[in-house]
Amino acid sequence: MSPSLKKAEKFYRQMLLLRRFEQKCAELYTEQKIRGFLHLYIGEEAVATGVIDAIEDKDGVVGTYREHCHAILKGVPAEKVMAELYGKMEGCSRGRGGSMHLFDKEKNFYGGYAIVGGGLPLAVGIALADKRMGRDRVTVCFFGDGAVAEGEFHESMNLAQLWELPVLFVCENNLYGMGTHIERAQSEPDFIKKAKSYAMEAHRVDGMDVLKVNDAAKKAVKHVRSGKGPLFLECQTYRFRAHSMFDPELYRSKEEVEEWKKRGPIITLKKYLQENGMWEKIDADAIEKEVEKEIEKAVEYAEKGSWEPVSELTRFVYSEKEAK
Amino acid sequence: MKKEITYREAVRMGIDTAMEKDKRVFLAGEDVGKYGGTYAVSMGLLEKYGPERIVDTPLSESGFTGMGIGAAMNGMRPIVEIMTVNFSLLALDQIMNNAAHLLHMSGGQFNVPLVIRMATGAGKQLAAQHSHSLEGWYAHIPGIKVLTPATVQDAFDMIHLALADPDPVLVFENALLYNTKGELDTSAEPMAIGKAKVMREGKDLTVFAYGINLLKALDAANALEKEGIDAEVVDLRSLRPLDDETIMASVAKTHRVLTVDEGWRSGSISAEIMARINEQAFFELDAPMRRVCSEEVPIPYPRHLEEAAIPSVEKVAAAARALMEDA
Ligand SMILES: Cc1ncc(C[n+]2csc(CCOP(=O)(O)OP(=O)(O)O)c2C)c(N)n1
Ligand SMILES: [Mg+2]
Repeated sequence: MSPSLKKAEKFYRQMLLLRRFEQKCAELYTEQKIRGFLHLYIGEEAVATGVIDAIEDKDGVVGTYREHCHAILKGVPAEKVMAELYGKMEGCSRGRGGSMHLFDKEKNFYGGYAIVGGGLPLAVGIALADKRMGRDRVTVCFFGDGAVAEGEFHESMNLAQLWELPVLFVCENNLYGMGTHIERAQSEPDFIKKAKSYAMEAHRVDGMDVLKVNDAAKKAVKHVRSGKGPLFLECQTYRFRAHSMFDPELYRSKEEVEEWKKRGPIITLKKYLQENGMWEKIDADAIEKEVEKEIEKAVEYAEKGSWEPVSELTRFVYSEKEAK
Repeated sequence: MKKEITYREAVRMGIDTAMEKDKRVFLAGEDVGKYGGTYAVSMGLLEKYGPERIVDTPLSESGFTGMGIGAAMNGMRPIVEIMTVNFSLLALDQIMNNAAHLLHMSGGQFNVPLVIRMATGAGKQLAAQHSHSLEGWYAHIPGIKVLTPATVQDAFDMIHLALADPDPVLVFENALLYNTKGELDTSAEPMAIGKAKVMREGKDLTVFAYGINLLKALDAANALEKEGIDAEVVDLRSLRPLDDETIMASVAKTHRVLTVDEGWRSGSISAEIMARINEQAFFELDAPMRRVCSEEVPIPYPRHLEEAAIPSVEKVAAAARALMEDA
């Protein structure tokens, strides 16, 4: 495993950026700059960070409604994400989508989907197109433990394996679907067994440890890219914040949350670096300052952005260009 | 007994009193129990009735809706809560192909006394996938009934009406109504399914609306009154069946018609109402009918675009003024 200093520093910087970005989002939500639903990924950053590092720019990502971090890691500029959260025209979805519907075609970020399970069949189709058209590409599909109860999960798993498609299914198992614990939602909470029942290669990894996630993801991507078919990767993680900004959190104890926070992804990485004599070589203060600056810039960009004129309301219902 | 409560409390009391009265009644849906209900409607009911009657389900809309159909066929009186209408699309096959058609397919043998409740509507900046108003769409389907409580009284009564019905009833609760307040009279005889209600008498035009848009129509009527326009406002209450009698009686009185709903304009429930008036009361009309519906666009996230996309008090008032100036 033992990562290079460069890689370790990259992960630290990325996760700090994601953390500070979303903390800012929460603040902006109370200021009513951001509206609607806002689902934060705080606590789960190691999953997307470790996985997306293992793919290339040309590869695709399909996300959920908890996808700010995935978008940023896939290369969507933080300022474009922030502008989208504001609903401004300069946002990555022109302001039309908001928090749950980030898209960036150029970055092969295929979007945020807010109907649980809705993204999985799309990932199957994207991968099918790649295979048919002879492209060397992998599609990574992120989804939660809650989605595993939906029919679309099972249909997609079966199709992807049946047709040996290049999809990496990444299950972000944070133990809860809104307020429902996995033990209260699954007759068989062992997801590896489920994946294997579709004859799919399946692995489980500690989703709080970015290095472990990265390691597992690299192996998984190698498998998928080599044409051996899809792979299911379960990342065991935890959401530190409420499900969305409206959640009174009656279903779990403060102690449980605090216990998980001790294993937070940033803390875990820092501890590893300290234990391996790498921490001193990283200028954490400088990183913190750079990250803060980037977020300031993103907020400024969003603030300065423009509101789409109402006269354009009914655009983008049908294509404005001829089909190619 | 009369008291002032919120719409949310009225739905909860409706469920609670029904469950007290009838052991066959149970509530099932995502996060109805331990979480306390997405809109806090079922808060406290798990503690009172336990997990066999307040059933938390996994995210399996098609599965638990179908479960409700099966249980209803087999002697129970389930209330299935689909968190919002947006997710009901995953259960659409069960609702249409099973619940709505079973009685007919079985030659009258299997009725489905199932109640499906769901939150509906836009207006909270939740963007395209979370802002649907599909109740008009569901009203297309023979075999089900579609109720749209707008008042605290109906929020309570309609739970009982729906449970008393031998067939599947869909109850659409507009999410913006949960915090509204009104008077509940638990001893009042509920107004039957399929009856519309004149909420405001007027002589110049009739505004037909339901759900949250009833409130917008009433606000518009108050504004219009100051301009000397006397609008009648009718709460449709039920989109299937529609109350042709009350609709036509009001048309015969005011001779001008404005319909309001949050569905997309093409094929909206407004279109159906206008078609019926055209068939049954054409010669009563003094002017072409008008409608205020949602624009033909998925609901956008930014507030100003969302407001421009859905009906508003201003749009209703403007349409009413224009209607008064028509021929
Ligand atoms: C089909 C559908 N049903 C219900 C919802 C409401 N809902 C949004 S997120 C969520 C929980 C999903 O849990 P999970 O898949 O574990 O993802 P997490 O939120 O934990 O990241 C629910 C019930 C929805 N968006 N879509
Ligand atoms: Mg989850």
